[in-house]
Amino acid sequence: MASDDIWILGIAMTKFGKHSDKDIVDLGSEAAIAALADAGVTMADIGILAAGNLMGAGAGFGQQLQKQIGQTGIPVYNVANACATGATALRTAIMAVKSGEVRMGLAVGAEKLSGAGLLGGGGVSKKDGNKFEPRGRFGSVLPTDGRIGTDTMPGTFAQVGMEYGHKYGGVSFELFAKISEKNHAHSVLNPMAAYQKRFTLDEIMNDMMIAYPNTRPMCSANCDGAAAAVVTSGEVLRTLSKEQQRRAIKVSASVLTTDPYEEACQILPDVNTLTRNAAKIAYEQAGVSPSDLDLVELHDCFATAELVHYDNLMLCPEGGAVDFFMSGATWRDGSMPVNVSGGLESKGHPIAATGIANIWEVCHHLRNEAGDRQIKDAKVGLAHVIGLGSACGIHILERSGL
Amino acid sequence: MAKQIPHVDYLELGDKPHLVANECTSCGARFFDRRNACAKCFKNDFKKVAISTDGILKSFTIVAFAAPGVPVPFVAGIIDCGGTSVRGNVVNTEPSPEKVTLGMKLRLTTFGIGTDEEGTEAIGFGFEPA
Repeated sequence: MASDDIWILGIAMTKFGKHSDKDIVDLGSEAAIAALADAGVTMADIGILAAGNLMGAGAGFGQQLQKQIGQTGIPVYNVANACATGATALRTAIMAVKSGEVRMGLAVGAEKLSGAGLLGGGGVSKKDGNKFEPRGRFGSVLPTDGRIGTDTMPGTFAQVGMEYGHKYGGVSFELFAKISEKNHAHSVLNPMAAYQKRFTLDEIMNDMMIAYPNTRPMCSANCDGAAAAVVTSGEVLRTLSKEQQRRAIKVSASVLTTDPYEEACQILPDVNTLTRNAAKIAYEQAGVSPSDLDLVELHDCFATAELVHYDNLMLCPEGGAVDFFMSGATWRDGSMPVNVSGGLESKGHPIAATGIANIWEVCHHLRNEAGDRQIKDAKVGLAHVIGLGSACGIHILERSGL
Repeated sequence: MAKQIPHVDYLELGDKPHLVANECTSCGARFFDRRNACAKCFKNDFKKVAISTDGILKSFTIVAFAAPGVPVPFVAGIIDCGGTSVRGNVVNTEPSPEKVTLGMKLRLTTFGIGTDEEGTEAIGFGFEPA
């Protein structure tokens, strides 16, 4: 029957990094099998599979996965929603459980992005000498990337961060680099991170510039990886073992938004309004406020993005993200630990896996199983992803208290 | 004079080159691309409006690493032209954080960006310090 009482019964992620010997089905299977084992259930218990993969979208990733880990004939939703793919897959499984149509759902996100290089940008270049013909929605006779702004991800998100500075009294290259310094420092404690290397501020600022002010370490790391989660209703959970009930994590909020119309939203992607909207809905659904959060895993696809999301997620007063960061609040020993996993900048960003992997990080702390990097007494956490186009996924998670 | 063609169809050439937007006749939302409807109010009636050639820089990045064939470095920016945001490059100034600053005054400028086999010159636009 329909239920608002949703729980993560099991969740897992693979180590992120370069896995040359594994394809996305290997990675997805590894995460899915581990999530099922963590949940104490098998594919026979699963009523729906939501399978997320961005780069291979359309190739039936879900079915390929079933053919490796269990062909039970259940409905498969192959999901793609830019960088919010993982959260979208989880949302899909949650909606099926919420509706009462299934008892348990499995969401998987997997991506191979190692060596992918620069994302965004390029476009078909015209050979010199051909007759100029206006093409496309802008009637262009030559490619626009590089001539009229930039389509690259580092450049787009650099502008997102700089725009915040213009709006709220300035922001410096050094400040953004310090955000990156924090995340790389955090990663040292995370064995699941693709990179576990501490960088000094000087090293970050003097590294290769990609799109000012984003240098290479300030960009999310392209790598391979997968994550998966099993979700179920409270009604089903109460029929399971005490141990399963104790380790289950409550999904207090599960929200997906897209970008509503705002002036300039089709000129520079507006990653702010949809995040703020999703956050408002999530805090209301969960009945918590930002100050209740013990840890946050947000979408630092670039150091410049993390800054604006402090504001968008209402972790600080509107316009106050710079002061908030400078106070030290978002370091692991601060009042609002952000990206203790190392964030996308060091943990890595295998796109479809990220939305479930950051939820795994939060769950890991809520279950008190995070070892060296455990945020003490973590009870409530928030996970946020956003993909350009755009789509934003926010989940608020709480420990069972059992 | 050889024939000229604008880089994009929303650049109008002539004595005073300027950008042109599709403005929704119902809600005033402005768009630079071919429209199927208004993304703000869903109506489907537009008129062409000229965009101010003066603006201020409300965001930018200096792209150092781009796709093959795209010369770097270049300054990609968002320019507020009298209330309408425009995507464009900041040109005719050194592409450095010392020379390019948030809030700087800019104006539209045009320049040749290539010639085709019939001798037609493509004209592109950018924004230069005012």
